[in-house]
Amino acid sequence: MKRLLAAKRAFVLSTVLAAGGITSASANEDLQKLMDDPNQWVSQTGDYANQRYSKLDQINKDNVGDLQVAWTFSTGVLRGHEGSPLVIGDVMYVHTPFPNIVYALDLNNDGKVLWKYEPKQAADVVPVMCCDTVYRGVAYGDGKIFLHQADTKLVALDAKTGEEVWSVVNGDPSKGETNTATVMPVKDKVIVGISGGEFGVRGSVTAYNMSDGSLAWRGYSMGPDSDTLIDPEKTTHLGKPVGKDSGTNTWEGDQWKIGGGTTWGWYSYDPELDLIYYGTGNPSTWNPAQRPGDNRWSMTIFARNPDTGMAKWVYQMTPHDEWDYDGINEMILTDQEFNGEQRKLLTHFDRNGLGYTLDRDTGELLVAEKYDPAVNWTTGVDMDPNSDTYGRPAVVAKYSTEQNGEDVNSTGICPAALGSKDQQPAAYSPKTETFYVPTNHVCMDYEPFRVSYTAGQPYVGATLSMYPAPDSHGGMGNFIAWDNINGKIKWSIPEQFSVWSGALATAGDVVFYGTLEGYLKAVDANTGEELYKFKTPSGIIGNVMTYTHGGKQYVAILSGVGGWAGIGLAAGLTNPNEGLGAVGGYAALSDYTALGGTMTVFALPN
Amino acid sequence: MSSMSNKIALAALAASLLFGLNAAHAQSSTDEEAPDNIAVAYSEEGRYYTEDDIPTYNIGEDGSVDWMTYSGFRRYHAECHVCHGPEGEGSSYAPALKKSAIDMDYYDFVDVVTNGRTRVNAAENSVMPAFGTNPNVMCYLDDIYTYLKARGTDAVPRGRPAKKEPKSDAIREAENLCLGS
Repeated sequence: MKRLLAAKRAFVLSTVLAAGGITSASANEDLQKLMDDPNQWVSQTGDYANQRYSKLDQINKDNVGDLQVAWTFSTGVLRGHEGSPLVIGDVMYVHTPFPNIVYALDLNNDGKVLWKYEPKQAADVVPVMCCDTVYRGVAYGDGKIFLHQADTKLVALDAKTGEEVWSVVNGDPSKGETNTATVMPVKDKVIVGISGGEFGVRGSVTAYNMSDGSLAWRGYSMGPDSDTLIDPEKTTHLGKPVGKDSGTNTWEGDQWKIGGGTTWGWYSYDPELDLIYYGTGNPSTWNPAQRPGDNRWSMTIFARNPDTGMAKWVYQMTPHDEWDYDGINEMILTDQEFNGEQRKLLTHFDRNGLGYTLDRDTGELLVAEKYDPAVNWTTGVDMDPNSDTYGRPAVVAKYSTEQNGEDVNSTGICPAALGSKDQQPAAYSPKTETFYVPTNHVCMDYEPFRVSYTAGQPYVGATLSMYPAPDSHGGMGNFIAWDNINGKIKWSIPEQFSVWSGALATAGDVVFYGTLEGYLKAVDANTGEELYKFKTPSGIIGNVMTYTHGGKQYVAILSGVGGWAGIGLAAGLTNPNEGLGAVGGYAALSDYTALGGTMTVFALPN
Repeated sequence: MSSMSNKIALAALAASLLFGLNAAHAQSSTDEEAPDNIAVAYSEEGRYYTEDDIPTYNIGEDGSVDWMTYSGFRRYHAECHVCHGPEGEGSSYAPALKKSAIDMDYYDFVDVVTNGRTRVNAAENSVMPAFGTNPNVMCYLDDIYTYLKARGTDAVPRGRPAKKEPKSDAIREAENLCLGS
């Protein structure tokens, strides 16, 4: 009897496990199906490939000029508004910066609030968030809305009711560990990153089980192989096994423990190869002399298995960073012809000013070219597989803050620390096989000096001043079209300020982006010709999205200036190298816009 | 005077000053002339002070700034500008400190940097962190303060000060002591 009961229990357990397996697999299939449906916008990145491309074409290059504001929604929060709303079915989900409110709006009822969730967070987290309390938006999967709060608490909310299903805490804000990023639901897991590179945080990526929030795995950016989930024999760097303890042997002593390499960018996923992709940030501190070595695996593109976290390949773009070229920008996955062969590609616009194209299966480096002609810290990347310096950028001595040394001000370095592009995501149109990239056109002076580490305190160690790229159009940004096969700019639209808004490409041959003055702009996907613009209530650092409701296409954008752009550009920039005449000669963002979060939704007239 | 007794004297002076100021506030602050918080009264081994012994900046005849002010420029742009914007100008995130350094009493400035300050309500969520345990800030408090005062009066323009006085031995010694090296 007892045995029978035990057998029965075992049977029940195994069916539950099997059922669990089936549920999670179908949850992922459901999410994939929703992503494939252009009527919805179910992920911050549009889809797993991060293409930010919509097949919708009701709004097209011939009629986009007639666009009108359909409705608006004030978020009630003043700080910088990054990310975008989601639309799942008849409900729109809108998030805010700290305090990280989530609204569910009823699209069937003029955007009436179905539910509102406002977490309680200690205000102590505010000052340890480097550069504003931004949040790049909620994620959806398995009937849940995933909110990743500033204080690193990950909360799963019932998408229908807003009730909390589970929560888990990912980091410790008292050590400077915070969150600004969205999360990525993959299969039965939620993949989560961390911020705090300016506080000596050791970066990691963590997978939590979607059903209950329990920890599945955590892979650090640096540390012993057991921490980094790197296999010394099987994980490769440019085709070769990385060898033992690659995450500690390019650091001096225990410095890897406060090594940085945080993971706050947009993640992508290839369901066929079953790999997730993301970039790691700058090593801590900004003073390179204080951390000799390549500082692996900061500044690195990672390809990991989502079930186990094991790294398949890595590629370090900027070994031993000397400029804060934080490598977290998104990886955009495309299937294209390269040298007459169909390849699975990964394209990445790094902060360091280089546009990389890699084979996303093997990590082979195919293209590394400057996507802003102003970039001057490197003469280019060594593309010869037989060379000792294969895959490394050649550093120009004059712009090397390491070679110039501590307490020396290196001048005229392009790009500035905010990169030729920051987190603001690019879009890709398979119709034009073109990438549309929001960029910064800003250079800097950089002076590193000694700092000491205190847990939970800024750990920076450099002074820098930034200014528009000299001998150019005087503006601080460009919106460019990029050919990732040949590594060439197709066209470039000069902008007065950095373009800090995520782009959207559509089958209507229109590309949308926002500007820091507050304009939503629509341009021709083939020529870049401006077709429409509208000035929203505040500067735009959010990302453009599109959806349909009742058979009609809408385009939505969050405005609300802030973030790094709001901090660095509010008062305008000055160029200390151009003498007194130029001081104050550049535009100040505060002359154009003020704080305040609003969502504006556009549509064609009926 | 040894540097130790110097410090104690300064602390005592600070205490008496604080009380003195409070008393003045209690009476009336309208017709009393505010003490000169800017003009240099004397210097001590590369540091400059007002007649109330408050650190202040000095601009030489050739336009060179004193070392403390130059050092303040560097430290400000490492520790403060990520919230308060370049050159004390303020940002979308935090107030313009070049004004605070003029409007605010030196000891209040030291207090806020050391202990932090929280203003969270319906309209604001400003939280200034406590830097009391951070040697990269605390060892350069006077540097940052004098730099911001120089910015607040526009004695130093935006950008990197072009010319500076050399770093004195006394300043170097104090820095090493403070950083513990």
